[in-house]
Amino acid sequence: MSPRQLGWLGIGLGVVAWYVTLPPLLVRTPLPSLVLAVAAVAAGVAATRGEDRRVGRGAIAAGLLGGIGAIVATRSGVGNLEKVFVWSALFAAMLRFATPLLFAALGGLMSERSGVINVGLEGMMLMGAFFGIFGADMFGSWVLGALAGIAAGGVLALVHAVFSIALRADQVVSGVAVNLLALGITGYVFVAHYGDQGTPGEVPRAPDVTLPGIKEIPFVGEVIGEVNLLTWVALLLVPLLALYLFRTPGGLRLRSVGEKPRAADSVGIPVLRTRYLAVIASGCLAGLGGVYLSVALVGSFNQGMTAGRGFIALAVVIFGAWRPFGALAGACLFGFSSAVAQRLPAFSESLAVLFQALPYVLVLIVVAGLIGRSRPPAAIGVPYVKE
Amino acid sequence: MSPPGEPAELEVAGTPASRLAAYIRGGGVVVPLLTVTLAFLVGGLVVLLTGNDPIATYRAIFEGTGLQWLFPWVTGDDRTTAALNLQQTLIITTPLILVGLAVAFAFRAGLFNIGGQGQYIVGTIAAVWVGSSFEGMPGFLHIVLALVAACAAGAFWAGIAGFLKATVGANEVISTIMLNYIALWIGVYLFSLGGPLQNDRDPNLPVSNEVVESAHLPVFWGDPVLQGLHVGLFIALAAVVVFWLLLNRSTIGYEVRAVGFNPEAARYGGMSVAKNYVLVMAICGLFAGLAGALNVLGWQFRIATNDISASEIGFMGIAVALLGRNTAAGVVASALLFGALQSGTSQRNLDPSIFEPDLASNLTLIIQGLVVLIVSADVLVLGVLRRGRGLVRRRGRPRPTPAPEGEA
Repeated sequence: MSPRQLGWLGIGLGVVAWYVTLPPLLVRTPLPSLVLAVAAVAAGVAATRGEDRRVGRGAIAAGLLGGIGAIVATRSGVGNLEKVFVWSALFAAMLRFATPLLFAALGGLMSERSGVINVGLEGMMLMGAFFGIFGADMFGSWVLGALAGIAAGGVLALVHAVFSIALRADQVVSGVAVNLLALGITGYVFVAHYGDQGTPGEVPRAPDVTLPGIKEIPFVGEVIGEVNLLTWVALLLVPLLALYLFRTPGGLRLRSVGEKPRAADSVGIPVLRTRYLAVIASGCLAGLGGVYLSVALVGSFNQGMTAGRGFIALAVVIFGAWRPFGALAGACLFGFSSAVAQRLPAFSESLAVLFQALPYVLVLIVVAGLIGRSRPPAAIGVPYVKE
Repeated sequence: MSPPGEPAELEVAGTPASRLAAYIRGGGVVVPLLTVTLAFLVGGLVVLLTGNDPIATYRAIFEGTGLQWLFPWVTGDDRTTAALNLQQTLIITTPLILVGLAVAFAFRAGLFNIGGQGQYIVGTIAAVWVGSSFEGMPGFLHIVLALVAACAAGAFWAGIAGFLKATVGANEVISTIMLNYIALWIGVYLFSLGGPLQNDRDPNLPVSNEVVESAHLPVFWGDPVLQGLHVGLFIALAAVVVFWLLLNRSTIGYEVRAVGFNPEAARYGGMSVAKNYVLVMAICGLFAGLAGALNVLGWQFRIATNDISASEIGFMGIAVALLGRNTAAGVVASALLFGALQSGTSQRNLDPSIFEPDLASNLTLIIQGLVVLIVSADVLVLGVLRRGRGLVRRRGRPRPTPAPEGEA
């Protein structure tokens, strides 16, 4: 068995270790899980010894987390477990939490593939969230609202692009600045226009899509039978973007600009223009993620409502090794952890507050475990100067 | 780009050290002043576009800062009000200096510390816990203990990011941001209803216990009941001196700057880059944690869960440090600017008939963002400077054959 397969086996064992203690299996003693968890860690160590360190580390982490999860689960009441771990509801919630992350992460990976770090994703999402619902309220149509949100994200991205590409600013500093600007602009217009009232209750919202045939299927139907239209858009964008990046000349140009801009320039690819377009596209995608939050999910806006999702999306990009399907996996992982955190109040109100930190802890673990092992685009963060 | 055959020019352009030197030679104070002016102009444009009078607004904000107390011709009631407002400005300036130092110190070591907010939060938690326990301890000792605890908490929190950077190469931008959110939720959990550090008196209030009277920092200007100015300001100024000494007159500072300039060269010179990352972040966290302690022991005396989620002092540290060019004196000056802006736009000090404080606080954010944005492009300023000098020098001696345009 190759180290890579061994690593994936370890990850699987770690997941199973936790799974058997949850409904419907509900094994009430931690012993079998601990055996599985130890096996997962062992497989991980073995894989790390081989050449595949990345998957090996994942397996070690999965084994440890699976073991801890199993101990916690066997010590809590069956009633509570059955309330929290309603799998269909959990997966449906996972999709809801993953959608905005996925939009922003797809945007982030476009920008980073072209060689520009986009720390401003958070601000671009926030612009999309506010101007999305603002537009929906003004024009009385969620589609026009969504377009306004996308445009707002794109405009903010243009600012980031001008500073980091043309003026050769430090891309991280420029991204932080753009985040502050977005916080100020959305807050300012929000207060100036809506005052203390907040956004009105009856704003047109993006509709859910009901799939009649699928909705009747027991488990699958409950998860994807009735899902928001924008979630489908996000899921559809994943293969499209993968196709564009890895199977079209345009995608090849985009990637070459991020890997070796000088070489790209020498064969006549317009480096700066390509980067501009990629950054603006990333802002539009992040804006759409914000639109989903306000116009589809919540139906209202409050100041700073993105709550760090743009930053989580940056970690998702890294987790997914700068690939669209990787980003999908990452978004689902963080979406799932948010979904679990959201359903935990069944255990204890005050502990549930603490578990709000779960997705952020997970990002920390992922970033610690994976950066350095997954390789970013070579020219990332380096402004290009034409000779 | 400089043509081949001009190695001296390449050397100057190369290291951040020489870039910084070139920057200071090119007018160190002028550029930040221009930056601020430009940011305020754009901010005024925003005010104008939303149908308010920018001049009246800025005047009202200035009056809210109390800075006119410095003018000798302001007398009578105006002077009393100005003194009260200026005390508020300086109370806000105090922690801003420290969080500015926390960000600036990291920048000098080539690290980006966006985690000032989280380090500040764990500092407030440690300070409020120590300050409200140990009743009957001698006041001075109690204060010192609380300050040390807050510094240690901040240093530990930032040290996590440094440790991850040093051991597994985790990007400190993402890890410090995540640590901010984790600190926030831990704080909210600790003081929320049923949380372990919630107050003993009223189970319906998500607030911490009160800091005991003897652990309050003494007020040296104004009335303690009306939130006068506490001695924390001097502690912050002392920290500025420590920052300068540490950076410019100590072995640690030498290594920190060396690692910041060029990690590879520092490693080659026998310095442990990994150890430096942990140390630098811990020192940053120490400053930010101290900021939290001064706020708690100086005027807040308790923490509500709302305070934790609404506070943004740590984030302002980024703008403070960048505008202050990451230098000791610069940080003090820009902390005063942002402190004045913050207190001038507060609910308490800004006249709502001229401009709504809720709007004004967002205006502050916009101005902050613009400042950081303009500062980020100082490469532009540098580029113009360098190109100008290059032209002068080239004119003075035989021109080398220029590289053909368009060929890479």
